[in-house]
Amino acid sequence: MTVRGTAGIPAPARNSIPRPVHQPAPTPPGAALRSKRTAGWVTALRYAGLWLLVGFFLMPVYVLLVTAFKDPSDVTVTGIFSLPSSLSLDNFTDVWPKLSTSFRNSLSLSIPASLISSLLGCANGFVLAKVRFRYANVVFPLILFGIFVPYQAIVIPLAQTMTDLGLRGGADQTGGLAGLTLIHIIYGLPITTLIFRNYFVGLPDSLMESARLDGAGVMQTFLDVAVPLARPAFAVSIIWQFTASWNDFMFGAMMTTRESWPITVALNNVAGGQSIPFGQAMAGALLASLPTLAIYLLLGRFFLRGVLAGTLRDA
Amino acid sequence: MWQGRVGVLALVFVAILAGIPMCAAGGGGGDNQLEVYSWWTGPGEEEGLDAMAQEFQAENAGVTFVNAAVSGGAGSNAKAILASRLLANDPPDSYQRHAGLELEDDVRSGKVRDLTALYDREGWRDVLPKGLLDSLTIDGRIYAVPVNIHRANLMWYTPATLDKLGLAGPPKTWGEFLDQAAKIKDAGLTPLAIGPQWTQKHLFETVLLGELGAGKYQQLFAGSLRWSSPDVEAALATYQKVLSYSDLRSASGDWQPQIDRVVQGTAVYAVMGDWASGYLEGPKKQRWQQGYAAVASPGSDGVYSFLSDAFTLPTGARNPELAEKWLIECGSTEGQNLFNPKKGSIPARVDADAKLYTGYLGWALGQWRDKRTRIVGSLAHGVVANNAYNAEIDSALGLFNQNGDLGKLAATLDRTYEATR
Amino acid sequence: MSGPLRLPGASGASTGQPGTEGPHGLELIGTTPAHRPRHAQAGVERDWLHQPPQPVSRPGRMRRVPGWLAGLGLMSPSLILVGVFVYGFIGWNVRVSFTSWEGLTPVYDFVGLDNYSALWNDARWRTDARNIVIFTTVFVVGALALGFVMALLLEKGARGEAFYRGVFLFPMAISFIATAIVWRWLLDNGGGADTAGLNKLFGDLGLGFLRSDWHKSESSWAIAAVALPAGWALSGYVMALFLAGMRAIPNTFRESARIDGASEWQVLWYVMRPALRPVTFSAVLILIHISLKTFDLIYALDQGNLKIDTPSLYMWFTTFDGGFYDRGATIATVLLIGVVLIIGPYIRYWLRSERR
Repeated sequence: MTVRGTAGIPAPARNSIPRPVHQPAPTPPGAALRSKRTAGWVTALRYAGLWLLVGFFLMPVYVLLVTAFKDPSDVTVTGIFSLPSSLSLDNFTDVWPKLSTSFRNSLSLSIPASLISSLLGCANGFVLAKVRFRYANVVFPLILFGIFVPYQAIVIPLAQTMTDLGLRGGADQTGGLAGLTLIHIIYGLPITTLIFRNYFVGLPDSLMESARLDGAGVMQTFLDVAVPLARPAFAVSIIWQFTASWNDFMFGAMMTTRESWPITVALNNVAGGQSIPFGQAMAGALLASLPTLAIYLLLGRFFLRGVLAGTLRDA
Repeated sequence: MWQGRVGVLALVFVAILAGIPMCAAGGGGGDNQLEVYSWWTGPGEEEGLDAMAQEFQAENAGVTFVNAAVSGGAGSNAKAILASRLLANDPPDSYQRHAGLELEDDVRSGKVRDLTALYDREGWRDVLPKGLLDSLTIDGRIYAVPVNIHRANLMWYTPATLDKLGLAGPPKTWGEFLDQAAKIKDAGLTPLAIGPQWTQKHLFETVLLGELGAGKYQQLFAGSLRWSSPDVEAALATYQKVLSYSDLRSASGDWQPQIDRVVQGTAVYAVMGDWASGYLEGPKKQRWQQGYAAVASPGSDGVYSFLSDAFTLPTGARNPELAEKWLIECGSTEGQNLFNPKKGSIPARVDADAKLYTGYLGWALGQWRDKRTRIVGSLAHGVVANNAYNAEIDSALGLFNQNGDLGKLAATLDRTYEATR
Repeated sequence: MSGPLRLPGASGASTGQPGTEGPHGLELIGTTPAHRPRHAQAGVERDWLHQPPQPVSRPGRMRRVPGWLAGLGLMSPSLILVGVFVYGFIGWNVRVSFTSWEGLTPVYDFVGLDNYSALWNDARWRTDARNIVIFTTVFVVGALALGFVMALLLEKGARGEAFYRGVFLFPMAISFIATAIVWRWLLDNGGGADTAGLNKLFGDLGLGFLRSDWHKSESSWAIAAVALPAGWALSGYVMALFLAGMRAIPNTFRESARIDGASEWQVLWYVMRPALRPVTFSAVLILIHISLKTFDLIYALDQGNLKIDTPSLYMWFTTFDGGFYDRGATIATVLLIGVVLIIGPYIRYWLRSERR
């Protein structure tokens, strides 16, 4: 089925996924010209606005950068915008050895945590959106409520439970990282479920229906139909979960020992204490933000696409 | 299509692969290690602790010293982590608290062991000042071993600024301060620099000490003097006046910028503990008595308001014998002399090697050892008030900043004292 | 059952990647675009419960598990984990809120509603409750508005859009400790020679009238200043949500509205706004939960300053500094009840409107 009036919009390869009946109005010929006329000063305004915002967003980053290169005696509150008197990488070279082990620990924690919780969230979202059962709209809010649980309130029972399970501190082979991964998976479930559920709701039921006609069970449909389609949602979910588990401090500090510290705890120890070495703290923070930044840049295209379920095109 | 299954498998595979390094992170535990929990992570402290750890390992071959320090400036982070461990009955082999009533809750909950016998064996009662020993004693027994001493009742200033303003010297009473403050304000400078809430509590206790004197100060926190009594209410009023001469409305976000204002000359005085000396000498590269100076805060000359980091022996520690050895090192002259010069504090023992402590520390050590010095404990740093009371004082002072009601402040402090004793 | 499913007529091309990023046919997470008809195919929506009899008989096929049971099975690990680690622990909090547990010795007695009435009369709690309402309102509205504006600026396509996106998203990547220290400096409100941070910037740029005391101001809106660093960190994510939502709206809808004589503002209001409602829902939910959880930022910014105290901070300090476990659990319970009362209806309303 072709879509009328969409001359000029390239048609993707034809596949027979049934698409929703959708008949947009034909694009009137004059429309393109009319938009061009207003383009001039509006575009200028747009770019001005964009650059203003870029300034706002980068200004604290500038402070961060500039402080990371400063000598401790240079760091004063009144002089945060001033450039360092000498560009030295000392702060970075001093702080990296303190952070390297925890860097590795955090990677070994955040990657599995984000992947697994996304997978489970995908399953949940699929079931809640596509498998019609009577209490779906009760179960979903119940899971969703888990987003709002304040971490401070559960630190104590969590510590107790984890200790009882032998997963905390030095008791196990991973120094508590396995238990910490589990914690991040569990507390990431509500939000990944939200992401995937909303995503799947946007997909037409006909997809699942045709799978049903083939005699597939829920598990099969999930694996063969839902997962391939949910790639963009995976990107969103993985980004959010990676950030959350990478930047978490409280659970990390509670669960781990010195060798198994995640990077936030190590960074806190650099930056804390009675006398904060600001230069090193900033340098450490910059180094710590690199993996997350890398994830954003890598998955950034998907992020945008991720919030787009580009699945229903039909030539 | 099979893409889904491959995708899922790939995800799981990557997850497991990425998770493998975590197996290298653990495997601790066992009989030959000593896990010591502290908040000593900052510059100076960390090196000092490392030095002690090296010494410990040298003396006890085959034992690993596990440094479980979590930073938080002796504040809430470290306390929260520790609380979760204590409640889960998984304590470290030794953990740190401030000497004094901060330990009261641990004692009453049976989380720490009585160390009085150890004190007798090591003869520490003879080398620690009486004021310190009194503060360490809870319900008649001693439960912690102090390593370092900081002084809280100090007023910092830059001699150059005083000269510029034509002031003879720092004030000797808070009344004098108020007089000076009026002149300073006219000159366009800030009389007193202040910082975040804990520094305000620090100022609070310093004013109380200066106005009430050591004896009444101790009575106040022992409960025999009420907050609503005339002396104390007068002291509270002085505190309010002093605050009004501070830059409370634009308080610094941290204690270092607070001291910076004194160094830069925009403020004249700051009340702070003696870790300021380490900051000024180190990062700020100033010299004692030249770039900066300090005196006992107004009204407290001859009084040493101390705070101390002390180590305990938890019940349920995995390696109590090793922990005891650690405590012995903490209380020994060698141990204390390894730590304190690096950290910028003075040792708790009065028989430590004086040559190691120069500049400000030399002066402080002299005062600490002087038998005429009256030793009292700091409030903001957990000596004279237990955790619950201290937390309530925080709330009360915060609310006081908002409503300025002295009567309410006194009443609240009285009430919460009763509720938390 | 033979091997993995093949979708009818599928040619093996990836179904997850759209051929182009054109607006047609692209759906948004959480979007139920108004234009998409409910029933894609003619005929009744089939669902798992009301299955037609099996059209194909397969030899040796065992009786299939009903769809909903299999679905539940797929969800079961999550349900169990959430049940224990979320609701179990909430239950623990509720239990402790009825005790008089103070200090390191757990006490599981029963004191009725004493803690709740004490909290009601607690001046600090009242300040906190007011603060969290102000903060949430300012933060959610602000981040939504800023995210929306940024998305609007980017949605027609800009040169180097990846750069802008990266810049706007970067704040989320930076650890809160550094963020808080930097914003502590930026929001410094020193005067005269001590002027620093944003105030200094304003002064230098000739915008001195913008000078503010930020979170140390005397006004009860001081906590609104904290929305600045919080919004700085989160607006990029909101922008991404809105941007995609906007891009999912077919151009032709907007074009035909313009042809009909609608101004850009009317296009915005009548075409974009309804289509963006589902995105707004997700965004609001995420923002509210961040706002309630905002702890690290305020803790590192200026803890103890009651002008920016919030329930989560009070909960933290009273539990771990003061050892008042009963009061901390009470605060947690009240907070959660508040969430149920306020967010609950919102979620229900949205689920209902979805089914429409």
